Amino acid sequence: MRKVRVQGEDFDAAAEARALVAGRVDVGALATFVGLCRDEGGRLAALEIEHYPDMAEAEMARVVAAAEARWPLLGVTVIHRWGTLAPGAQIVLVAVAAAHRGEAFAAAEMLMDYLKTQAPFWKRARRPDGSAEEWVEAKSSDDEQAARWRAADPP
Amino acid sequence: MRAVYFAWVRERVGKNEEALDPPAEVVTVGDLIAWLSARGEGYAHAFEKPHVIRAAIDRAHVKHDARIADAREIAFFPPMTGG
Repeated sequence: MRKVRVQGEDFDAAAEARALVAGRVDVGALATFVGLCRDEGGRLAALEIEHYPDMAEAEMARVVAAAEARWPLLGVTVIHRWGTLAPGAQIVLVAVAAAHRGEAFAAAEMLMDYLKTQAPFWKRARRPDGSAEEWVEAKSSDDEQAARWRAADPP
Repeated sequence: MRAVYFAWVRERVGKNEEALDPPAEVVTVGDLIAWLSARGEGYAHAFEKPHVIRAAIDRAHVKHDARIADAREIAFFPPMTGG
């Protein structure tokens, strides 16, 4: 079971997680990750998230396929929001169901590392003082996190 | 082909999308970036550091050495910052 969605509205993480395991008796592990908008110690009023609508879901599906090729996963749900999000708002959900915790944790982490560097979304920070909005810069540490999985891929 | 721009590439170019008809010697994504850079100040600013620019052809990531001959839609954008 694979669900990939890009949406403006909020999501119910608990309901999405429940849906992954509903009626199943083979799932032993369910890992759920939710990324939230932080206020950066009062320096951020809102995030504006731009995306490439035609590509975002396709790329997220490719990222999920890469995780499924690597571990025996029983279900994956990935939801990414776009639009203006206030501090405290949910941005992204990754939920992974598997037989054992090892693959559920690892797949959730890989999915997030890949989403951050591969999925076509861009964040812009709005400041509380109304100063010019700034595009959030990509971090080289995110590239390094994603590269770990590639380095570990079998030849 | 149709070109689409996102984030600060879109802002600097000053448009979301446009139709492009590059000459035959523009073969790769990298060639197209160089060709676009010469189209005006906004383009020059958007593509001033070509190595940071990411590209996608028909909604899949490509490297700068990818050929553009069969592309219907080519996208240019900064490194992604989702998640």
